[in-house]
Amino acid sequence: MASYLIKRILMLFPLMLGITLITFTVIHLAPGEPVEMQMAMNPKVGKDARERLRKFYGLDKPLSEQYVTWVGKLVRLDLGRSFSPDNRPVLDKIRERLPVTLSLNIIALLLEFGLAIPIGIMAATHRDTWLDKGITVFVFVGFAVPTFWLALLLMYLFGVKLNWLPISGLHSLGSDNFGVLHYLWDLAKHLVMPIMVASFGSLAGLSRYMRSSMLNVIGQDYITTARAKGLSERTVIYKHALRNALLPLITLLGFSIPGLIGGSVIFETIFAIPGMGQLFYQGAMSRDYPVVMGILVIGALLTLVGNLVADVTYALADPRIRQGG
Amino acid sequence: MAFKHSYFHAVFWQRFKRNQLAMAGACVVAALFLISLLAQVIAPYEPNSINAWQVLSPPSWQHWFGTDELGRDVLSRVIFGARISLKVGFVAVGIAVSIGTVVGLISGYYSGVVDAVMMRFVDIMLCFPAFFLILAVITVREPSIWNIMIVIGLTGWMGVARLVRAETLSIREMDYILAARCIGCSDARIIFRHILPNAISPVLVSASLGVAGAILTESALSFLGIGVLPPTPSWGNILTSGKDYIEFAWWLSLFPGLSILLTVLAYNLLGEGIRDALDPRVKR
Repeated sequence: MASYLIKRILMLFPLMLGITLITFTVIHLAPGEPVEMQMAMNPKVGKDARERLRKFYGLDKPLSEQYVTWVGKLVRLDLGRSFSPDNRPVLDKIRERLPVTLSLNIIALLLEFGLAIPIGIMAATHRDTWLDKGITVFVFVGFAVPTFWLALLLMYLFGVKLNWLPISGLHSLGSDNFGVLHYLWDLAKHLVMPIMVASFGSLAGLSRYMRSSMLNVIGQDYITTARAKGLSERTVIYKHALRNALLPLITLLGFSIPGLIGGSVIFETIFAIPGMGQLFYQGAMSRDYPVVMGILVIGALLTLVGNLVADVTYALADPRIRQGG
Repeated sequence: MAFKHSYFHAVFWQRFKRNQLAMAGACVVAALFLISLLAQVIAPYEPNSINAWQVLSPPSWQHWFGTDELGRDVLSRVIFGARISLKVGFVAVGIAVSIGTVVGLISGYYSGVVDAVMMRFVDIMLCFPAFFLILAVITVREPSIWNIMIVIGLTGWMGVARLVRAETLSIREMDYILAARCIGCSDARIIFRHILPNAISPVLVSASLGVAGAILTESALSFLGIGVLPPTPSWGNILTSGKDYIEFAWWLSLFPGLSILLTVLAYNLLGEGIRDALDPRVKR
């Protein structure tokens, strides 16, 4: 186990280097330079000012030097300053947005797993019945629904037709003056639709995964043994089968980490939620390169670490892997 | 060899035919091909002809899917939008499958350092949230249909690469590869003539699922206004105005969304059907 862990941790470094290289390359595919965006807006900017601005952002140096400087700062967690007029450090901007995205997605994730596991178990234990078929249809439709369209439909139904839920933002106007309970109730009402949309897409995939994992386990010999010795079906499924069927889900949990942090550009834009996805979208649209690079690189690095944590947890939970590696 | 191939195809077709859902998917896909091919003939109106007297009119006998904010016929725009979806789906997946197959073949055949380096590159690419990467590249370059197809392709090949590599690893050990090597075939000939045809069938599954994914991504990008730019109709950008007029015109949101849903569903069913037909372990 220790040698496996050390090997995996050592492997992180070249991968991290690769991530920074790709991020840097992607951003420098740009035909023009970021300052040109600002120039184009303002015809009064002369050649002098342009040079000063380029120097200010370090764009006058060769690319290799820019890369080294950027990585050097990155190691010290300095993501540079935003190109937008407020010129604030990117890290501050991310810090402000992260809690919103994180809490919203954690709720969504809990909902997904909380629903997908029982759905998957039901489909597997009622294999080939109408229940299983119904769930399969739901899963396929869930895969195929564009999330932004689902968001639109929900907005139309709950926001416009029924007028039950607010359709954008996190708070109503004047919510600062609400009492605590009223404030929370208001927030909860704003969160219902975004959370529904955020969890729906992955719900389909997860329950499908849970179903096949469960079917796989039910086919094993030890389940036959458990049944043969007269255990109730309930004990067989929930005590013997479930534990092993849940194992592969650990890996999926690792995969959902980038989503937790990055959020979703689409539903944050639609519902006007001030999270990471919206920050990234706005940054990309205004060619705010430090913001775009910062979120890309942080998202990718955290995914890398998340995958490692998932793999290690898996190894800890499953002795067969622990001893093999 | 010829006998073996036709036998394989016959068995495949027989198994596929029995899967009703997969057949339904295949029919919808075929219908979409026809619709986009004959868009000019089928569409009742010009997709871009503006009619100031019939702005945002609900579905009626003249306009089955209603009209949009400029009085354009939504049905005609949805029909022409099918072309874009089909094009994006196929070109993007074509790029992804080509890159993935070549990387997988080389990685699996040569193994060792080449394999390690390539697979680590795959790992790195998989760390990036795909939609963020696509968004970054498209906004940094110019939003255009070609850029979308290329970028979706360039960010979607990793799964195929892993799949083909795994197939190649097992095929490489077969006796007929040894035989080919003995009679002096070059590496390139072994890879493309002997390994590729035997490693390609699982790729069909990812290709079909990939078309579905590419169509979803394109519609999301167009919806955000950085994909297919108006006035060219695409299902995603019709939905953009659907969002703007959601309070008055539900039909602007409903029909293009249903088209996406149906198309993606069809490709997914097709892909799953191919998977089941190829897999000898699936009974029935």
